[in-house]
Amino acid sequence: MTMPYYVAPEQVMKDRAEYAQKGIARGRSLVATTFDGGILMVADNPSRSLHKISEIYDRIAFAGVGKYNEFDQLRVSGVRHADTKGYAYSREDVDARSLANLYAQYLGQVFTHEMKPLEVEILVAELGTDLRPDQLYHIAYEGTITDEDRYAVLGGETEAIVEAMEAAWRADWSLGDALRATTSALAGPERTLTGSGLEVAILAAGENRRSFRRLSESELDELIGGATGEPEVPAGDTATDPEGNAGDTSEDSTEDPSGDGPED
Amino acid sequence: MALPLFSPTDDPGPDFAGLVRRLSAAGALTATGAIGGTGPVSAAPGGLDVRHGTTVVAVRFADGVLMAGDRRATEGHSIAHRAMEKVFPADRYSAVAIAGAAGPAVEMVRLFQTQLEHYEKVEGVVLSLEGKANQLGQMVREHLPMAMQGLAVVPLFAGYDLSRGIGRIFNYDVTGGHYEETEHSATGSGGRDARTTVKLGYRTGLARDEAVELAIEALYEAADEDSATGGPDLVRGIYPLVAVVTADGFAFVDDAEVADRFASLIARRRSEGRQP
Repeated sequence: MTMPYYVAPEQVMKDRAEYAQKGIARGRSLVATTFDGGILMVADNPSRSLHKISEIYDRIAFAGVGKYNEFDQLRVSGVRHADTKGYAYSREDVDARSLANLYAQYLGQVFTHEMKPLEVEILVAELGTDLRPDQLYHIAYEGTITDEDRYAVLGGETEAIVEAMEAAWRADWSLGDALRATTSALAGPERTLTGSGLEVAILAAGENRRSFRRLSESELDELIGGATGEPEVPAGDTATDPEGNAGDTSEDSTEDPSGDGPED
Repeated sequence: MALPLFSPTDDPGPDFAGLVRRLSAAGALTATGAIGGTGPVSAAPGGLDVRHGTTVVAVRFADGVLMAGDRRATEGHSIAHRAMEKVFPADRYSAVAIAGAAGPAVEMVRLFQTQLEHYEKVEGVVLSLEGKANQLGQMVREHLPMAMQGLAVVPLFAGYDLSRGIGRIFNYDVTGGHYEETEHSATGSGGRDARTTVKLGYRTGLARDEAVELAIEALYEAADEDSATGGPDLVRGIYPLVAVVTADGFAFVDDAEVADRFASLIARRRSEGRQP
């Protein structure tokens, strides 16, 4: 019979964290930010069918990076949680905070008690109302939860992206400005990302009960290619999803206290 | 509530009713509502006056389908509610209308709406119109024990079939059997009267306005003949609900437009020298 080696708990945790970080760093990053018409989520994802960003509920979206099968399982359980809660109580009783806490508890539990930690980093975004601001809950592989109200960056090597976002972020910027800034932050100095390499969705404030909407490739190219002057409203898709998601974007420039250039 | 996680060999998939059943069996959820429907209901038929909703009608027209329902709910011989809603959006491209025991019927609609959205979110694609109709059929069938005890629910389902580019109508019986109608359908206590009126005025390729007009006339006739069907309530300003489903999705017809059409219907009949 062989005796198991003694390994210090610090070492175990360190090894697990390293393992999870490595797994996450293999994938590509994702950025979410608030804009004047809601919340924008942008993923560096060339696949049209394997989504990193998805709808959870009327005002809640999910985004994940890392191992697809692991964050997809979390996504489905989030949809199940939200739908059963909304069915048992009422639609307005479903909130992102309790879901984010459940995710954090589950990830923490797996990290400390299972052999293999989950190699994922996830985001639960909730579109605000008149009474509450927009909320981005960023949950790491070991269950650490942080809430952001400006932007969140998910992925392995994020320092450069965070730096670029910190420099570019403006309160109440338009969808076009926000998209151009997040795209260039994700791409870094060497690459250029276009609509075909991106997965983009928004939680759009407006009349619709379900606020989640994916932006099509042509909409993206139009928005990214558009000049930085006038913010455009994605006009397409009105047949399937009538909404006015950008509201009155053109009058907002006076309310922006933080300078006038969207990029420097 | 805990995070509902299942192992891959034991996953309920996109079935919301199945999920709720599983969670409530595990004690994780108490509100099971219409699901299962085999609870201890022992009322003899006729011994229990439960609320009933009455007449709903569906008409196919050139751009899609129309659905309309009166607003009266009855409890035995008395009026229980004057502004009940019997026409609901099932999802973006379909509508469901109900007749029968109001409580379980509204609960069934809520479950059905959640089921369609749940499927769409879990699977990432929308169910086909036929798939939706089958889902509703299963729910009606599961409700059969309650129906045998006098709490029948008979829905009407209609939607715009995006793959074929046409409106389609399905009607149901209490066993969950569902049958596609190519032109129009009506159900509920005043359904027979409504159907007769629609049949007389129907032709293929009706315009939207003509279809609205026809449905309004049908409900008017049904209310005239059937005590459990409510007509336009001019005193309180309560009018039947009318909805259309087209390539643009589900939309209710404006209350003001419905009121106008009733007013002109009555005026027209007076001018023709008929009883309104």
